[in-house]
Amino acid sequence: MQLPLWPEAASAIASDVDHLYIYLTLVSVVMSVLIFGTIFVFAIKYRRKSEDETPAPIHGSWRLEVTWSIIPFLVMLTFFWWGAKIYFLNATPPPEAMDVYAVGKQWMWKLQYPGGQREINELHVPIGRPVKITLASEDVIHSFFIPALRVKHDVVPGHYDVLWFNATKAGRYHLFCAEYCGTEHSGMVGWVTVMNPADYENWLAGGGSAGTMAQQGERLFEQLGCSGCHLVDRQGRGPNLRNLYGSRVQLTGGQTVLADDAYIRESILNPNAKIIAGYHPNVMPSFQGQLSEEGILQLVVYIKSLAIANAPGAPTASLLPAIIPQPVNLARRLAPQQDGGKQ
Amino acid sequence: MSTAIQEPQQTTETVNYLNAEYGWKSWLFTTDHKRIALLYLISISVMFALGGVFAMLIRLELLTPQGDMVTSDTYNKLFTMHGVVMVFFFLVPSIPATLGNFLVPMMIGAKDLAFPRINLLSWYIYIAGALFAVASILMGGVDTGWTFYTPFSTTYSNTFVITAAVGVFISGFSSILTGLNFIVTIHKMRAPGMTWGRLPLFVWAHYATSLIQVLGTPVVAITLALLALERGFHIGIFDPAIGGDPILFQHMFWFYSHPAVYIMILPGMGVISEIITCFSRKGLFGYWFVAGSSLGIAIVGFLVWGHHLFVTGMSMYAGLYFSLMSMLVAVPSAIKVFNWTATMYRGSITYQTPMLYAFGFIGLFTIGGLTGLFLATLGIDVHLTDTYFVIAHFHYVMVGGMVVAYLGGLHFWWPKITGKMYPEGWGKFSALLVFVGFNVTFFPQFILGYLGQPRRYHAYAPEFQVLNVMSTAGASILAVGYVIPLIYFIWSLRYGKPAGDNPWGAKGLEWTTQSPPTTFNFDQTPIVTEEAYAYSKKPEVEVG
Amino acid sequence: MGQQFDSATFGMWVFLLTEIMFFGGMFGAYTVYRSMYPEAFASTSAYMNPLYGALNTAVLIVSSLTMALAVRSAHLDKQKALQIFLLITMFFGLCFLVIKGFEYHEHWVDMKVPLIGGHWNYSEAPQFAHQAQILFIFYFFMTGFHAIHMIVGLGIMTTIFIMARKGRFSPIYYTPVEVSGLYWHFVDIVWIFLFPLLYLIGHTRTIL
Repeated sequence: MQLPLWPEAASAIASDVDHLYIYLTLVSVVMSVLIFGTIFVFAIKYRRKSEDETPAPIHGSWRLEVTWSIIPFLVMLTFFWWGAKIYFLNATPPPEAMDVYAVGKQWMWKLQYPGGQREINELHVPIGRPVKITLASEDVIHSFFIPALRVKHDVVPGHYDVLWFNATKAGRYHLFCAEYCGTEHSGMVGWVTVMNPADYENWLAGGGSAGTMAQQGERLFEQLGCSGCHLVDRQGRGPNLRNLYGSRVQLTGGQTVLADDAYIRESILNPNAKIIAGYHPNVMPSFQGQLSEEGILQLVVYIKSLAIANAPGAPTASLLPAIIPQPVNLARRLAPQQDGGKQ
Repeated sequence: MSTAIQEPQQTTETVNYLNAEYGWKSWLFTTDHKRIALLYLISISVMFALGGVFAMLIRLELLTPQGDMVTSDTYNKLFTMHGVVMVFFFLVPSIPATLGNFLVPMMIGAKDLAFPRINLLSWYIYIAGALFAVASILMGGVDTGWTFYTPFSTTYSNTFVITAAVGVFISGFSSILTGLNFIVTIHKMRAPGMTWGRLPLFVWAHYATSLIQVLGTPVVAITLALLALERGFHIGIFDPAIGGDPILFQHMFWFYSHPAVYIMILPGMGVISEIITCFSRKGLFGYWFVAGSSLGIAIVGFLVWGHHLFVTGMSMYAGLYFSLMSMLVAVPSAIKVFNWTATMYRGSITYQTPMLYAFGFIGLFTIGGLTGLFLATLGIDVHLTDTYFVIAHFHYVMVGGMVVAYLGGLHFWWPKITGKMYPEGWGKFSALLVFVGFNVTFFPQFILGYLGQPRRYHAYAPEFQVLNVMSTAGASILAVGYVIPLIYFIWSLRYGKPAGDNPWGAKGLEWTTQSPPTTFNFDQTPIVTEEAYAYSKKPEVEVG
Repeated sequence: MGQQFDSATFGMWVFLLTEIMFFGGMFGAYTVYRSMYPEAFASTSAYMNPLYGALNTAVLIVSSLTMALAVRSAHLDKQKALQIFLLITMFFGLCFLVIKGFEYHEHWVDMKVPLIGGHWNYSEAPQFAHQAQILFIFYFFMTGFHAIHMIVGLGIMTTIFIMARKGRFSPIYYTPVEVSGLYWHFVDIVWIFLFPLLYLIGHTRTIL
C-alpha cells in the first residue's frame, strides 16, 4: 500500500518551492495553534459557572487591532516576496536553455525536439541543463504540469506559452494536463524521463527519421510556396527572412516589434496583423487551417536557423543552425554546468 | 433525544406568521419576508441535496484510480453540475435569502423589507433559474466545469451549455434584487434609535454582501450572455482562431466570481458574530473593526480576481499586483477571527450546538484562509493551482466556513423561526460528525494537491489511492452529519419543545418578539436605546 | 410617506447602479477588443454616422429636460403640465427609436449586419472582416440593449401617463413619477457614453 505524502523534488527550483511551502506550513501551524489554543483555553477558563453571570463588556483596543493587523500583514509580505522571487525565476528562461516544443491537443501531448525526434506523452531531458519548452495548443486550453519539477503553465490556443526548468535528479516523473479540456482530460498524462548526460546523448542519437525540425520546416517552406516570395538569396515580393529572427522590425504603422516565435506564428496565420514597413497588406495569404501547430513550430525553428546561420563565424554553406545538436558536439555541450545552473 | 411531554406554553391559538393564513396561495403570493425566507429555505435545501448527490457520486468514483464507475463524460458532468448547483443555487443565495430575509428586518426593528413584492419576485426568479439548471441536467448535463472556460465551452463541448448558462444568468437577477432590497432596507428602515453604530454585525455583514451582489453580479450576467452568443453564433470574441481571446473570458468571469466567494462567506461571518456574543454573553470586541472589515473585504475583494489566472501567461507585474492584493484581503478576515477570540475573553461561555458550530467555523475557516495565502503566493501557486490543493482550500472556506455557519445559524434561530427547540443532544452529535467528517474528507486533499493530483480527474495515478479512499470515507461521515439535522429539524416541527421568546437569553430586537413572530414582527415600532450586544449594564471597561 | 419616497428613490438608484455594472461589463469587453485591433476598428468607424448619433443625443437630452419638468410639475400639482411634459418626453423617446431605425436600416443596406444571414459583407477590407464582425456585433449588442431599455422606458412612461390622467399624483404622492424620471435619465446617460465611444473617438472617414 503506497502512501506518498510528499512529491519527489527533481529540479533546481523544486527545493526552493518546497522550502517556501514548509515555511508557509509552519507559519500556518503556529497561527492555528495560537488561535485554537487561545479559544480552547478561553472556552474552558471562562465557561459559565452560574446562570446570572454577566461579564463586563470590553469594547476593544486600538493597540491590539493595529498590532494584530500589521504583524500578520508583515508576515504575509515575506510570503509575497519569496513567492515573487520564485515566480520571476520561472518566468525568465536562461538564454542558453535547450529548446523543446510541445503541442497539446485533445487528449495528448506531442513533443518535438530540434533534432527531429518526436514523442507522444513522453519527454526526455538531460540532467543539469536548462530546458525551455515552447507550448502550443491545437484546440482548447490545456496545462503542462510536471509535479516533480514544480512547474506548470497553461497552454492557451492562439499563442505560444513558455515554461522552463533545470532537472537535477534522474528518474521518471509524471506529466499531467492540469486544465480541464474535455472527455479524456485525465487521460492526457505522460512521463518525463530525466537522464544522465551520457544516456541522453544515446537517446538523442536515435534521431528523428524525418530530419531535424529545421529541415522539416524547410520542407514545409517549399511545399506551401513560401519560397516563392521569401527568397533566400535576393529580395523577393516578401521580406527576406535571413536574419529576421531575433531582430527588431519596423512596421507600417511606425512601431517596432521583436521578431520572435510569436511574431512569426502570427505572421503565418494572420499576415495583415503586423506588416513590415514598405510592404502592403493583402499580398501574403493566410495559412490558417493549412498548418498544424506542430508544422508552425517547425517553420519557426527553420526561420530561426536562417538567422543563426549568418551569425559571425557560423558556417554559411548550410542552412542548418549550429545549435542543432550534432552528435559530435553533444558530449561537450552536455557536460555538467560548473555553476550548477544557479537559480 | 428529548421525550418531553408536549406542554405548549403558547397555545395553538397564538397567531403568528405561520398560522395567520392558510392555503397554498397565502404562501405562493405572500409578501411576508419570513414566509419568503422559508420558501427559499426549502428550495435551497433541495438544491443542496442535489449537489450533495453529485458529490457522493464523485467521491464514490474516486475510490479507485481507474475510471470504472461512470464514463469520463458522465464524470465530467458530475463535477460540473456539482459546482454549478452548489455555487449558484446554494452558496450564493443561502444565508442572505433564508436567515437574512427572515432576520434583517427584525434586527433593525422594521415590519418587513423595503420592497416586499420584489422580495417575492426574487424567489420566483430563483426558481426560474433553478428550473433551467435542472433542465440542463435532465436533458443530459453540462461538462464544462462550473467555470465555463472558453474555448471548450463555446466550441468543443457537446452538452447543454447554453441552458445551464441561462439558468445561472437568471438566478443572478434574484441575487441582485435581494441585495438591492437589503441595501435600501438597511439605509431607510431602521427603527428610531437604531443608528449604524448599533446595528448587529449580522446586518453589517449583509450590507457588505449586498454591495457585492449589486455591483458584481451584472458582470457575470454579461459574461454569460457573451458566452451564449459565442456558442450560438460563433461571433469570435473568445475564439483564438478568429482573433478572440479565451483569457478575456477568464478575466470577466473571475471579476464576478471572486467577489462572489465573499458573497458566500460574509453572511456566515455575520452569523458567527451573533452566536459568539450570545454564548459568551458579552459584547463583540472591536465592533467597528469587525463592521469595517466586512466592508473592507467587499471592496478589496473586487481587486484580486487575477489570482485565478497566475499560470495563464499574464504579465509578471500583473501577477505581483494580484498576489499582493490577495494577501491584503486576508487581513480583514484575520481581524475578524482575532476579534471573535477576544470576545470570548472573560466571557461567560456555554456550549450549545450553535456555539459548537461557531468553534468549528473559526477553526476550519482559519485553515481555509491560511491555505488561501499559500495560493496567493506566486511561486507556490504555480505548483498548486489546478490541483486538489485548491479544491481542499475552497471547500474549507465554503463548507467548513459557510455551511458550518449556516448550520449554526439555523440552530441558533430555529426557535425563533418555528417556535420549537431542536433536540440538543442530537444537535451536538451532528455538529461533531460534521466537523470530523469534513476534516477527514478534505484534509487529505491538501496532501494530494501538493503531490500533484490535478483537479477534475476521472482517473488518477495509482499511488494517490489511499488518500482518495480516506477522503471518500470522510464524505460518508459528513453526509450523515447533514442528514441527521434534516431529520430532527423536521421532527421538531411537531414534537420539539416549545421554545419561548428567547431561549438563549440573547440580545437583539428579533428576540424581543414572540416565537414564532407575528406577521408584522412588532406590535409597535421599537425604540432602540442601547448598544448592540448590551449583555451587561455594568460600567464598561475600556482596555487601552 | 416621506420614508417610502426615500426608499423608492434609493432603491431605484441602487438598481441603476446594477445597470451601470451591466453596461460597464459590455463597455469593458468592447474596449479591450477595440484596443487589441485598432486598425480593424478604424475601418469600421467609417460606417458609424456621427450625424445620426448627434441627432439622437440632442433628442435624448431634450427628453431628459422635459422629463425633469414633468417631475417638477407633479411636485407643484400642475396636472396638465405633468401630462403634457410626459407626452413630449415619450414623443422624443419615439423620435430616438425612429432615428435609430433609420440608422439600422442603413447598416442593413450597407451589408453591415452580422449574424442575420445575407446582410454581412466586408469585402472592402477583408483582412479585417473577422474583427470587424465582432466589433459590429458589440455595436448592435450595446445599442440594441440600450434601445430595449428605451422601449421599456416608453412602457413605463405610458403607465405613468395613464396614472396621471386618472389623477393619481399629487404633491404628496408622486413617487412613481420621480422614480421613472430617474430611470429615464439613466437611459439618457448611457447614451451619452455610447455616443462618443462608438461614434466619435477614433473616427476616421476612410476605409483603410
